[in-house]
Amino acid sequence: MTDFGWIEGALAAARPQAMAALLRYFRDMDAADEAFQDACLRALKAWPKNGPPRDPTAWLIMVGRNAAIDAVRKTSRNAPLPPEDLLSDLEDAEAEAAERLDSAHYRDDVLRLLFICCHPDLPATQQIALALRIVSGLSVREIARAFVVSDTAMEQRITRAKARIGAGDAPFEAPGPIERAERFAAVAAMIYLVFNEGYSASGKALEAKGGLCDEAIRLARLLLRLFPAEPEMMGLAALLLLQHARSDARFAADGAAILLEDQDRSLWNRRMIDEGLALIDKAMLKQAPGPYQVQAAIAALHARAACAEDTDWAGIDRLYATLEIMQPSPVITLNRAVAIAKVRGPDAALEMIAPLGGRLDAYFPYHGARGALLLQAGRRAEARQAFDRAIALANTAAEAANIRQYLDRVAAKD
Amino acid sequence: MLYAILCYNQEDVVCAWSKEEDAAVMAKLGAVQQRLAEEGRLGPVARLMPTTAATTLRKDREPPLVLDGPFAETKEQLLGFYVVDCESLDGALQVAKDLGKANPGGSYEIRPIAMFQPGPAGA
Repeated sequence: MTDFGWIEGALAAARPQAMAALLRYFRDMDAADEAFQDACLRALKAWPKNGPPRDPTAWLIMVGRNAAIDAVRKTSRNAPLPPEDLLSDLEDAEAEAAERLDSAHYRDDVLRLLFICCHPDLPATQQIALALRIVSGLSVREIARAFVVSDTAMEQRITRAKARIGAGDAPFEAPGPIERAERFAAVAAMIYLVFNEGYSASGKALEAKGGLCDEAIRLARLLLRLFPAEPEMMGLAALLLLQHARSDARFAADGAAILLEDQDRSLWNRRMIDEGLALIDKAMLKQAPGPYQVQAAIAALHARAACAEDTDWAGIDRLYATLEIMQPSPVITLNRAVAIAKVRGPDAALEMIAPLGGRLDAYFPYHGARGALLLQAGRRAEARQAFDRAIALANTAAEAANIRQYLDRVAAKD
Repeated sequence: MLYAILCYNQEDVVCAWSKEEDAAVMAKLGAVQQRLAEEGRLGPVARLMPTTAATTLRKDREPPLVLDGPFAETKEQLLGFYVVDCESLDGALQVAKDLGKANPGGSYEIRPIAMFQPGPAGA
């Protein structure tokens, strides 16, 4: 870390609030973004000399606003920029500004910013791109890399998103309680998608996308601070922490995925697990379960098992049953079948997933899981057929390699 | 005398540190801790989870009220603490200054400890 590493940390932390306030002021995303960049450049110049301001966020908002106004003046009247020393006057104005920009204001600003990025008119991919660009401050290039598209394509996606919500139409008043609740779900879903984008990557792509998981956790923490009493928000943050805690154990050196039960649990990140467990315990106190909490509770049961054999499969089965009621989906039933197989054996699980064949016929994990259950039940010929079908549907080389390991096991038993 | 050195900092800023930045700060703090431990002056050290993971029990009513947070509108949060054995306030201030060099921003509150009961959990 450089001696001024603290500045970068402070700028990153101030970003959501400062961007949100600048957006409220300019009502234009590009103008707000430019003003924030400008303020950051000035901070990098001024803070090492003068030390950090009492309220970095208020400083950035004020300097960003002034810089943008100066820029407009400069182009319209060709007047010179005020000398940098004038910025020192800000020290006095700072306290006053900090007082005006009280926490309640911040809260609404940041919510509005997240809500704008999750505008219902935008497709999910554009919501994610916009949030990563505007709230997280990732560069277009970083986002493009993470989504494996060209810089130009990502630039277009973000530009389109900005145009679509056009500053004029975006709601700048603080959202009412009903809209807040609706958009909360959209924002939470967006954070979950950002996380999954990072989590589902493997091999080379993982290097590019790994940061997305950290970013999603940061956004989840931010949203949790805005909704500190919302159990589903605690559940979402817990879920992301508990999943991400396993990231160092999920892949072998050659890039092949390692199944949960085969992972070296000493590689799991204890600190993230502990925080995730603390959050899900706290959420449970509220007795208002929701899908994120249930998923986090499942992840927590895996995290609490010292070794794979200690896993509370009956508890996981019950939680999946709850999730099936909340969000009926063949994929959840398929996941539940894995727990059923552990509790009641492969035949019970096969019976459970038999009706899913039609809807999940093109779904790679269905055939993989079915093959594994058939193999467990000793129905080797059918298992081989299922694995062949899975390989045909594999999306990545790692998925195919994984199934080939099973086929080798079938062959070994023949 | 035992002193508690309470670490306050802006949670938003500390949570925004990258893994590398965090590890660098912890390594520098570790060096100070190790010196204190070798001198036999270091008691329990705790890093607290974010306030979002915290619960508050308010007991000014019956039954007591369970709340989320602390979410008082303060800029800095209690993020961790040290227990250190020092001759005097001067000594404790010196430890806080040494720790402070490793750790940008924030503040340390130095509180003399009136009673200290090491339990099995702290062993």
